[in-house]
Amino acid sequence: MSYFSELTYLLASILFIFGLKSLSHPDTARRGMNLAAIGMLTAIVGTLVRHEIVRFEWIIAGLIIGSLIGAAMSIWMPMTAMPQRTALSHAFGALAAALVGVSEYYRHGETLGTFKMIALGLEVLLGGITVTGSLMAFIKLQDLIRGTPITYKGQNIFNMTLFVATVGIFAYLIFVPTATVLFYIMVGLGFLFGILLVLPIGAADMPVVMSLLNSYAGLAATATGFAISNNVLIIAGTLDGFSGFILSILMCRAMNRSVTNVLFGAFGAETSLVSNLAHGEMREVGAEDVAVQLAYARQVVFVPGYGMATAQAQHAVRELAELLIARGVTVKYAIHPVAGRMPGHMNVLLAEANVPYAQLYEMEQINPDMSSTDVAVVIGANDVVNPDARDNPQSAIAGMPIIEVDHAKSVVVLKRGKGKGFAGIENPLFFKPNTGMLYGDARASLTKLAQAVQQA
Amino acid sequence: MSVDLFIVAAFIEETATASDSFMSPELFIAALYVFALAAFLGYQVISRVPPLLHTPLMSATNAISAISVVGALVTAGSNHNTTSNILGFIAVTAATINVVGGFMITDRMLRMFRKKPAEKETAEKETKSRG
Repeated sequence: MSYFSELTYLLASILFIFGLKSLSHPDTARRGMNLAAIGMLTAIVGTLVRHEIVRFEWIIAGLIIGSLIGAAMSIWMPMTAMPQRTALSHAFGALAAALVGVSEYYRHGETLGTFKMIALGLEVLLGGITVTGSLMAFIKLQDLIRGTPITYKGQNIFNMTLFVATVGIFAYLIFVPTATVLFYIMVGLGFLFGILLVLPIGAADMPVVMSLLNSYAGLAATATGFAISNNVLIIAGTLDGFSGFILSILMCRAMNRSVTNVLFGAFGAETSLVSNLAHGEMREVGAEDVAVQLAYARQVVFVPGYGMATAQAQHAVRELAELLIARGVTVKYAIHPVAGRMPGHMNVLLAEANVPYAQLYEMEQINPDMSSTDVAVVIGANDVVNPDARDNPQSAIAGMPIIEVDHAKSVVVLKRGKGKGFAGIENPLFFKPNTGMLYGDARASLTKLAQAVQQA
Repeated sequence: MSVDLFIVAAFIEETATASDSFMSPELFIAALYVFALAAFLGYQVISRVPPLLHTPLMSATNAISAISVVGALVTAGSNHNTTSNILGFIAVTAATINVVGGFMITDRMLRMFRKKPAEKETAEKETKSRG
């Protein structure tokens, strides 16, 4: 029987890799992921026939409850809540890994060998950090607590001390695995560390945090694979771990910051940064004027940001875009890598609103096209279009690559009010002579624009 | 071919039944090999995923790494002690949420990515049924 389960694991590993490979193109992605799901099912069946499994009541209960919750979440969760759902799922995955680790220790604590102790320790630590870290991220994304960084004096020193203490306990346990109390203290410290790690991170930095937690959750599964000598866990966990790792690097590059800076910089806590270019009058424009501009433009570029998600404006954008396309206007969407709260957030929302992906452009593709754009419409985005990042070396976001809307012939900014952006940084774009500000709820403004375009 | 498979299977069997609490250095090294190769492969495969699909990628990898359900099943189903069973039960529940939810939501997202605008009717129906 064990041959059989090992072979199902092998099959699952191959199908997982195949599934991820299929994600390199939207046309092949669905079929590939269905194969990966079959691989998962095979591995579960292959496990259920193993001779170690003798009682099924707990298993059946867990499978049923888990399936119901999972299915309900995936069917009824709105697309705008995708970052929250992803954060929760990181927490669930890591919880499973951490609990398997604790249970293994509970059974074998007296007799653990060195290598197994290392694997178990990593498993519960990574698992613990990810569980509470992801829950913190969830709470911040859901706006249950304010999204700005929460800092206090000596925070980094306190966290460092705690980290060193945790590593110390871990090292001691490797040599003395029987120190049961210390093991559970270490588990507790892991959970505590997750909270402390995400506490000082601002909501605008969430794409990086989400990617990092994704990576940790995967590595926790890898460590589980080491601890119970199971290759499919090592393979699947590592694929997840590396995917998260690559995404965090991409996100950091898109903000011109290091991972260390994101984790320990408490970015966005200060709001006193003044731009020497951001002064003068902001020019307010009316929906009718903007509609005329749009209706007679040759090319219009929409630049969505998190504001589009909060206003649920993705459908309104698509409706306006369709009217413009019908009039012969070329419409493009420019997507900054860190727009929104998780990697690819804007793409999913626009896809939900039925925007064909051929109209979605990455930052590098759209920037050369900006000077031949008649109107750039910024929808609830701020820092990703801030020219200070390019022009002002003193700016807090200096060096961050931006979508260069200021190169377009004219810019319309849809904004809720006159306040600053999320990171609290002044945006000189708003004060440029060719920039018009259209205040109000993004969805309402877009609907108004669509009506006005129809009459133009 | 079948002989080769048998040898591989026999090797796996042997390594898998090695003592539960003790991991031999050989076994650890073998696991490190798997890890290193998977890491390399993961880098190659995932670098090719376009930013367009980064959100589905995250939920897909999340679903896949919920393979830790395999470890949780063994914990929940072995006859060792009730504490392990209960921990295993919670772990099975949490991992199953990710297996079912992860694959379903990935599919729901991937279904939305279209090259050309879909028929207006279906689009509106989708929007309505998804709230």
